[in-house]
Amino acid sequence: MKIVNEMNLNFESRSYNESFARSAVSAFVLCLDPTIAELSDIKTAVSEAVTNCIVHAYPDTIGTIYINVRITDQNRIIIKIRDKGVGIENIKQAMEPLYTTSSDERAGLGFAVMQSFTDKVKVRSKVGAGTTVTMEKILYRTSYDKR
Amino acid sequence: MVETKFSDDVLTAKLYGEIDHHKAPSIRQKIDGQTESLRPKELHLDFSGVSFMDSSGIGLIMGRYRQVSLVGGKLKVINVPKNLQKIISLSGIDSLGVLK
Repeated sequence: MKIVNEMNLNFESRSYNESFARSAVSAFVLCLDPTIAELSDIKTAVSEAVTNCIVHAYPDTIGTIYINVRITDQNRIIIKIRDKGVGIENIKQAMEPLYTTSSDERAGLGFAVMQSFTDKVKVRSKVGAGTTVTMEKILYRTSYDKR
Repeated sequence: MVETKFSDDVLTAKLYGEIDHHKAPSIRQKIDGQTESLRPKELHLDFSGVSFMDSSGIGLIMGRYRQVSLVGGKLKVINVPKNLQKIISLSGIDSLGVLK
């Protein structure tokens, strides 16, 4: 697997940067000529991961969110979203659908959406040090209806 | 962004643009304010103008389901575009019987 293109993005964990983050990632992968459905999946998954950083990783402060996107020669997109926030104590529990620690009307579907809208999700976290979410999406160059 | 209309005991909230964690609170505030003052028999959330939505939109729907129930009303989610159907389906909201 060879990396053919890569980009890095750092920005503050302010909620109005959610749209910037998903738009930037989707703009970067446009070179692969994704379908509208594939692009929508990527935007949604990125939005969920970035929102998690803003809401959970940096609950009472503004921190930095780091996004790294790599494109491989096999049309695989690897998106890494990292924070240096509070970390997740129990990753398995955090990834359960409908589980949320937020009182702000969150649906608790963030990780479920990431898992459903990409092909692979990996979460690494250390309490007090931060969390890295790595998502992989393979583009098939066909529409979802035909796949 | 949201525009509301009240007619025949039905409060219709037409949503526009992108719904995420940043945008959801202001939409929620406007709809809840009108739900409490107008006490509609039905609240219609019209998604025809929504171009993007993450799970914050699901939270918005579930929260309005609770809010309108508190004043004795029912929620209907109408005109869901094709590109939002995947996340709506994943959420299990259809089991509430609100999708029209």
